[in-house]
Amino acid sequence: MSGPNTDFDPVEVTPLSAAEVERMRDEALAAVEAAVDLPALKAVRTAHAGDRSPLALANREIGALPPQARKEAGQRVGQARGALTQALAARQEVLEVEHEERMLVEEVVDVTLPWDRSPRGARHPITTMSEKIADVFVAMGWEVAEGPVVEAEWLNFDALNLGADHPARTMQDTFWTEPADHGLVLRTQTSPVQARTMLTRRPPIYVVCPGRVFRTDEYDATHSPMFHQVEGLVVDRGITMAHLRGSLDHMLQSLFGEGITTRFRPSYFPFTEPSAEMDMVCFVCRGTGAAEQGGTCRTCRGEGWIELGGCGIVNPRVLTACGVDPDLYSGFAFGFGIDRMVMFRHGAEDLRDLFEADVRFTLPFGSEV
Amino acid sequence: MSWLREHVALPESLSTDELTDRLTALGLKLEALERPGHDMSGPLVVGRVLTMEPEAQKNGKTINWCSVDVGAANGTGDPQGIVCGAHNFSVGDLVVCVLPGGVLPGGFEISARKTYGHVSAGMICSTQELGLGEDHSGILVLPEDAGEPGDDVFGLLDLREEVVELEINPDRAYALSIRGVAREAALGFDLDYADPAARAVPPANGDGWPVEIEDAEGCPVFVARTVSGVDATAPTPDWMARRLLLAGMRPISLAVDVTNYVMLELGRPLHGYDADELTGTVGVRRARDGEKLTTLDGTVRALDPEDLVVTDDSGAIGLGGVMGGEATEMSQTTTRVLIESAHWDPVSMFRTGRRHKLTSEAGRRNERGVDPTICEVAAQRAAELLVEHGGGTIEDGVTVVGTAPPREPISLPVDLPAAISGMSIPADTTLAHLAAVGCDVEVDPRGDSLWATPPPWRPDLTDPYDLVEEVARIVGYDEVPSVLPDAPSGRGLTRGQALRRRVGRALAGAGYVETVSFPFVGAADLERLGLDGDDERRRTLRLANPLSAEAPDVTTTLLPGLLSATARNLGRGTSDVALFELATVTLPENGAPPAPLLPVDTAPSAAQWEELQRAVPAQPQHLAVTLAGAREPAGWWGPARPATWADAIEAVRVVADAVGAEVEVRAAARAPWHPGRCAEIVVGEHVVGHAGELHPRVCASYDLPPRSAAAEIDLDVLAAHAREVVPAPRISSYPVAKDDVALVVDADLPAAELAATLREGAGELCESVRLFDLYTGEQIGEGRKSLAFALRFRALDRTLTDAETAEARAAAVALAVQRHGAEQRA
Repeated sequence: MSGPNTDFDPVEVTPLSAAEVERMRDEALAAVEAAVDLPALKAVRTAHAGDRSPLALANREIGALPPQARKEAGQRVGQARGALTQALAARQEVLEVEHEERMLVEEVVDVTLPWDRSPRGARHPITTMSEKIADVFVAMGWEVAEGPVVEAEWLNFDALNLGADHPARTMQDTFWTEPADHGLVLRTQTSPVQARTMLTRRPPIYVVCPGRVFRTDEYDATHSPMFHQVEGLVVDRGITMAHLRGSLDHMLQSLFGEGITTRFRPSYFPFTEPSAEMDMVCFVCRGTGAAEQGGTCRTCRGEGWIELGGCGIVNPRVLTACGVDPDLYSGFAFGFGIDRMVMFRHGAEDLRDLFEADVRFTLPFGSEV
Repeated sequence: MSWLREHVALPESLSTDELTDRLTALGLKLEALERPGHDMSGPLVVGRVLTMEPEAQKNGKTINWCSVDVGAANGTGDPQGIVCGAHNFSVGDLVVCVLPGGVLPGGFEISARKTYGHVSAGMICSTQELGLGEDHSGILVLPEDAGEPGDDVFGLLDLREEVVELEINPDRAYALSIRGVAREAALGFDLDYADPAARAVPPANGDGWPVEIEDAEGCPVFVARTVSGVDATAPTPDWMARRLLLAGMRPISLAVDVTNYVMLELGRPLHGYDADELTGTVGVRRARDGEKLTTLDGTVRALDPEDLVVTDDSGAIGLGGVMGGEATEMSQTTTRVLIESAHWDPVSMFRTGRRHKLTSEAGRRNERGVDPTICEVAAQRAAELLVEHGGGTIEDGVTVVGTAPPREPISLPVDLPAAISGMSIPADTTLAHLAAVGCDVEVDPRGDSLWATPPPWRPDLTDPYDLVEEVARIVGYDEVPSVLPDAPSGRGLTRGQALRRRVGRALAGAGYVETVSFPFVGAADLERLGLDGDDERRRTLRLANPLSAEAPDVTTTLLPGLLSATARNLGRGTSDVALFELATVTLPENGAPPAPLLPVDTAPSAAQWEELQRAVPAQPQHLAVTLAGAREPAGWWGPARPATWADAIEAVRVVADAVGAEVEVRAAARAPWHPGRCAEIVVGEHVVGHAGELHPRVCASYDLPPRSAAAEIDLDVLAAHAREVVPAPRISSYPVAKDDVALVVDADLPAAELAATLREGAGELCESVRLFDLYTGEQIGEGRKSLAFALRFRALDRTLTDAETAEARAAAVALAVQRHGAEQRA
């Protein structure tokens, strides 16, 4: 920086004296320092760095100096203005940061204020469960087949080896329609969809059929005149019970996790032979029957197994009635209740909750289960 | 279990749990295992009454102060002093004593206690107190040879019994008997089996009760035996009564109990007649038109010409195989019993049972199929039991009419069990297992197949696959390996399935909650919708056997269920409700043909299939929404926004967007909507449904708040008109020119129409027309409204000049003026 000038032209312009420039500079820098906010700094900028500021005016005086003095004066004023510009910029930055920080503090809101303005919706757990099941099979290359709920008696019963005098017809208390001789029922099972599928497609057939079914059951905590089933049907060459078990094991592991397997118990269904009841390992106690915190497992009531539904090898009589040559093809079929699966998977206690449409029950399920 | 053990040599080491596990694996599923008597404990011993002194008490009762020899069971050998309130025994009788420290059923612990002035050191027990029966009229007096004082009675009386209840599938009627279950237990563990039906019977002769079978198809075999001189008052032995009780049957009288006992043992239902009430020849025929019969449950039944009846000279005396008649019922005075052991046609049994809504233990077995070859054995067994416990003699006459039909052998490829079950099953295993279930098996000389003749008690075995099941279940279903089949490549969900999922997700995203309702409605529900008398939604399919007389029809609209569900939610305290349902409705056609019952021995022909399809009513997928209360609740942000007609229409637009369909909204009038606030939703040329505010009367009748809104559309039609491929729009990168225009028009001009006019008039430079304000008021004038639109103009290839924009705007306004008499507002 400049020290006091000794070899100097005596004709000095006062504003350009070293002391004066220093004073102006110091005054400006002090003002910058004193600016408390951005508007104040803007005023300081105008006052000390604007066109009419003392340093600007001093700068104009430089031309009046004798040539040998101009350089030194120019440097002096230039340095002063440079220092001021720097100070302004620095202060500007500081004040901007301060301003932003203050703004962020001042603009604080209560983020816990509820914003439940747009209502929430949900899909029904039966719908989502049914899609989840279907997706497992679709991923294996199967397709989803559907059929009407008001169905021809022949498809619901006769084609499935349930002749008019079959004792098993009384196992499924059927809703009949009027007039009685029109042969229409509310389907008691999704199995007629299997018959429809076989009658309209050629093997290989790999389908699942989810849907609503009806029985004349009284409506209570465990029974409903309407419930939902999903059935699977495979018709192909060389199909065995091993393929049935493999498909079910795969489904259960996809839905309930590794290690969930099936148990078959001999049973009787007219449309399958051999027939089996299928149980799955309880996904909560993993088959031990014991609850983690002691006592018996509530999901399987201590049995270690959960009853799932029925299955078996498609009875060759059914294949015949549906136009499939039983000498060339064999098939398997299974069926189980979607409502029940929703109940035990989610620990629901009353079947009626699924059909009462109470939004307090359905909303927590959201869009997926 | 004790009964079962009589016929199969179950090793002591085999626990009941192991047995029931195996039976379950064989297909006889354990339903319940009860252990009566297992909560009892001794000392419980035989005692001999040495003295008994009756003592009258102040309360009017007389008690007996007894001393009873209980041997060394009390530790001293001295007689035990016991107070007893019963009087049906005398000095010298053997009785059952529970001594202090013993526990009777129900955890009733016995201690020496002071009563009626004595210290009663124990109790003399009744049948009921021992859990052996229902008889509590007096104490149990043991037979003289029952044992010595001090003997433990647990084993003596089989006090500790295990009762296994099995769930029997309808094809396994043979397992509705000790005989059948014992056979299953024997084959399950490869044990010796003593067939209780293997008994000698005297040959038929002509001396028996005369029987004539008119309908040999309905009753192929009829055996009659007569026992005379039976003591009508002879009690049923305790062991038999106990077994009947444990099997769930109530002991009635010796003769009835004997027939039931034999039925439980052999599976063959019997019927006993009071022979003195029979007149003349016993016959079997179909009932006559108008014939009536009073069955032994006291019901007068009008018989159907298909019912099989047993007759005597007086007419029908029983519904054959289902239930006997009252007139010839055995009674307290019956001394001569005719035992009927007949085989009945299962189909006829099933039909009669269903027709008369009769379920009986006999009917249950007869309709599922009973061994037709053991009629004589069962009759003989019953006659012997009757004589053994009721005295009298079996008359020499043996009536046997008809013979059991023979069984045809079934051909079974030797490799079929393995090919179907997926298990490795060698031929000799197949042979052994088929023999174990009772088949006569012969290997076909060619070696690759065998002939199996099923046993008479297995009418369910008719097809090769039935035999496969028999082999597979004995090998064990647990052995079936787990193998994934190789499915061919699939095509995923159909478009319709995928669209339905999208619709559900979109509506859930828009704040609607899905419901699943029963599809049942009644006329009153449709009336409450305000449907006209000839509204097509009144044409419902009627159920023949509805659960409720109020809702006997299958619904044609989702609204009744959804409106009720909305009201239910409101009633339960949820004030703002938005619901949707996606389900099929059933739309029967007048004069639809009946659905044919086609043959099952071959696939239906194309024509038959057509006929069947035509008979099944159309069942389109419908979608409905309801809204009640606020669409947006009040909050710290401000007041609530009530749900309106517009939200219902918007819901349909959400659905249309989800499936990719372009819908048009037009004013319409249709129940159950407010006639001035109802929109029809049009896609292409089709009205797919309606949306808007519900009629005030509908709101009131469904207990909904005023201005509740709803929509219902046919999703199938909507989806059919959905775009499969969205054409990519061309967008301009030139600047947009915006201009607003406010037009005053008649109040009843639909805004959508005016917007379309503007769009048309503005020409292709117009990028969009959006209504942003609607104003009515004094400044506009009565019957007029002001609609303000924001227009945006843009060209694909250039920046529009002010003049171009102004010209397009002017053309738009001009068309509105010309077409609708619109006035431009300053």
